[in-house]
Amino acid sequence: MAHSYTPGLTVTEQIMVRRRRMLSLPGSVLVTVGENVRANQAVARAELPGKVYPLNLANQLGVAPDEIHEYLIKKAGDPVKKDEILAENKPLIKWLKTEVRSPVTGVVESFSTVTGQVLLREPPRVLELLGYVDGRIVEVIPQQGVVVETDCSLVQGIFGIGGETRGEIVIAVTSPDEALTPRHLTADMKGKVVVGGSVVSTDALARAKEVGVAGLVIGGIHDKDLRALLGYDLGVAITGTEQVGFTLILTEGFGSIPMAGKTFTLLSAHAGQPASISGATQIRAGVIRPEIIIPKNAGAAGPHVGAAMRQREGIRIGDQVRIIRDPLFGKIGEVASLPSDLQKIPTESEVRVLEVRFGDGSRAMIPRTNIELIEGA
Amino acid sequence: MTAQESGKSTHPLNVIVATDCGSTTTKAILIEKVGDEYRQTYRGEAPTTVEAPFEDVTRGVLNAIAEIEELSGRKILDGDKIITPCRDAKTGVDIYISTSSAGGGLQMMVTGVVQNMTGESAQRAALGAGAIVIDVLASNDGRLPHEKIERIRTMRPDMILMSGGTDGGAVTHVVEMAEYISAAEPRPRFGATYKLPLIYAGNKDAQPQVKKILGEKAALVLTDNIRPVLERENLAPARNKIHDLFLEHVMQQAPGYKKLIEMAGAPIMPTPAAVGVIMETIAKREHLNLIGVDIGGATTDVFSVFEGLFNRTVSANLGMSYSISNVLAEAGLANIMRWVPFTIEEQTLRNRIKNKMIRPTTIPQTLDELQIEHAIAREALRLALIHHKSLATALKGIQQERTISDVFEQQQSGKTLIDMLKLDLIVGSGGILSHAPRRVQSMLMMVDAYEPLGVTRLSVDSIFMMPHLGVLSTIDEKAATDVFVRDCMVYLGTCVAPIGQGKDGDRCADYVITFADGRIDKGALAFGDLRLVPLAGDQKASIAIQPVKQVNLGVGAGVSVTREVQGGVVGLLLDGRGRPLQLPTDHAARVAALTKWFNAVGLYPTT
Repeated sequence: MAHSYTPGLTVTEQIMVRRRRMLSLPGSVLVTVGENVRANQAVARAELPGKVYPLNLANQLGVAPDEIHEYLIKKAGDPVKKDEILAENKPLIKWLKTEVRSPVTGVVESFSTVTGQVLLREPPRVLELLGYVDGRIVEVIPQQGVVVETDCSLVQGIFGIGGETRGEIVIAVTSPDEALTPRHLTADMKGKVVVGGSVVSTDALARAKEVGVAGLVIGGIHDKDLRALLGYDLGVAITGTEQVGFTLILTEGFGSIPMAGKTFTLLSAHAGQPASISGATQIRAGVIRPEIIIPKNAGAAGPHVGAAMRQREGIRIGDQVRIIRDPLFGKIGEVASLPSDLQKIPTESEVRVLEVRFGDGSRAMIPRTNIELIEGA
Repeated sequence: MTAQESGKSTHPLNVIVATDCGSTTTKAILIEKVGDEYRQTYRGEAPTTVEAPFEDVTRGVLNAIAEIEELSGRKILDGDKIITPCRDAKTGVDIYISTSSAGGGLQMMVTGVVQNMTGESAQRAALGAGAIVIDVLASNDGRLPHEKIERIRTMRPDMILMSGGTDGGAVTHVVEMAEYISAAEPRPRFGATYKLPLIYAGNKDAQPQVKKILGEKAALVLTDNIRPVLERENLAPARNKIHDLFLEHVMQQAPGYKKLIEMAGAPIMPTPAAVGVIMETIAKREHLNLIGVDIGGATTDVFSVFEGLFNRTVSANLGMSYSISNVLAEAGLANIMRWVPFTIEEQTLRNRIKNKMIRPTTIPQTLDELQIEHAIAREALRLALIHHKSLATALKGIQQERTISDVFEQQQSGKTLIDMLKLDLIVGSGGILSHAPRRVQSMLMMVDAYEPLGVTRLSVDSIFMMPHLGVLSTIDEKAATDVFVRDCMVYLGTCVAPIGQGKDGDRCADYVITFADGRIDKGALAFGDLRLVPLAGDQKASIAIQPVKQVNLGVGAGVSVTREVQGGVVGLLLDGRGRPLQLPTDHAARVAALTKWFNAVGLYPTT
């Protein structure tokens, strides 16, 4: 094939990654190109306009909308405190007086003589954008954000929930096929990124929350346990904003699946080191996958800038692959052959296949779309 | 005026390459003039590359075209450029055209004053233009003003359509909505620095105020009121503006689309708009009522044409890959399980569905996996049709009118245009239907999901090329028609389904089928029976059906019906399972019933 693209997840000891850090609305950038930054350092700041509260003065005063000007105490642009009078009428009999008070503290944004409304806006909220990873600023996008580069070890997960966080890596299990249970989770894991094995139970999730871990990295989870954790059934895999107490990253998928040996070994080798993690997942053609970034030497990325992530041009014999569909879901092996002819599979579909050789010497023909490269040297 | 601007090519079109940039994959087809007619000759596909890490939709387009190059031996690409026009018999193409729904398609927010009047009209205008409507805001939608503002702030649509009020009527409510939008300062989904396109198609008397309030904050476009008077809808001007702004603003911001627009020899169409063109053309040409469906990875689009009225809806989160888990969430496990002809543990099934969601490009490798996907597809199709029925209501276009009393009736009864008894044809498209290993699988999925009544013909898009032909028809009607008739539309056959219920094994109807060669097939259809009678695509037969007294074929209980039926690659399906279709509630009985039906029509290979 001219350009066969095979999706893969990167698990690598050494890679240069760049992370684009963008404000969601224009603001100011606080750092300059070449500056070293820390993961928890603010690199840009913006002011999110405050919430807006409309209030119909005309209705409350019992006047026509185009008459409200006559009753205003405040004018557009004026600051206002909660319960301060915005408008009042001046009746002949004092006890018929109506005062309209502000329900919030903020500013008077505008009055409308068409609808009789006043719009009140709460004070803006400052949004700080953190560096996320220890690294070096290689690009500043004025008013919008920066690009941070770091020389690191990288593990991409397949699915996650929860946003960006950081913590020291701690390995809670002894092997990648061991399930993570409450007894593995101890009080000293508070604020840390805990690496488990094949699956995490509901009890262990509750314990993780109780301990206050920053993140959990695990091979798999049963869908029912994820549902219990979230409180709802996840319909579409667009995540990153969940608030469950920690960030959860799956390296393999749903079910009880041992973590790939390569992933477990890499994470184990970095136990005790700080890592930046994100559970944000967006499964579209290009995909955003959750990730664990372990900076090599915080803030000391070299001057050389390589391609942030190598782009694979296809699959080759000898590549390590993970099977990502039943009946051999989760098994890992290497590509033994790449037959070019279409082959009929048990569903009767004719598809491109490849042959995978497993550790025990057995082999299986698998549709090419049902494997995933384990990328990274 | 350039060819791009006019959408018409200035030289003869003999070789055409067309792509559809879908949410999962970009599909390319090659169309060549063979003798006097156009044929679809080669096909290639590649993952869509609209998002990170590629962020350039043309990458996937070039990859898909490269596959065609490899298969056809024709040189189409010169580096990152498409060679146009043809240089010789084996080099270049005469035009490149494309549709797109990548990156989530065109996502719109619409506003009205009264939710089921101008709100609904605005929704229909947006849907008809190929958009996904992410929210409908109205003065009476039950949300408090600050909740509306918060909603506008948090959604990031590609475009907003504002409607509300009849011309000459009160302006207060529509101005109020403009004030809310202004206060919310909505931001577009793509591009932090450009202004959000906003179309105002409400009371023309409010135009000056709307301009004053929103003129600075959005890329405001004013157009004719979509509801100039209460009894009349005028959707075309707003729809045209949506198309214009989609090309001028939204597509210019999406990653790589600027390049894609430059590459294409005709305007890029949103995929659903292109499929809609095809559906409308079929209905018009053959004077029939139809339901069309395009079931994709992220969304399911449903189209209908009844008595000449076209409607389209999109169920944004019903699909077979990205949205597969949402089908489970919306339909419920029991509804999916009812179509699975074997026993499977709930946990296993749920995990498998989630694994498909996170690895959307995988395909079923085993028969039971295929059967599970087909079960989910039935539910996605069923739910999307329910959604469509609720929105495909009588009022559309300026020619149709309804009185105020009809509006109230509709509000109360949810009266829909979709009349399954008047339905002539069901057209299926999308991966799960177009690529089912056996065509009978597509037919039964649609029959089970839609439960057609009486006599209904079914067809399927052969390899998923309706979007391509939709955009092609805007520049070369003949080429599109040639390919549609010869290579795209596969007639599956006809389904005959009596309405009524009875005990399994009891007589439902007697039938006599008279074939064109004079052969006669007489029989009795029992309740619970599903029977397939071979009848090839080019053959017709006459079927006379005498239902038992409580059973109806559309003309009254117990009244006999004689109809001419058309064959197809599957044949004539006699469905005695009853309508509404009820599956046994007992697990073992249900598995037995499914197994009997599936075997009766040769649905899956048997071991």
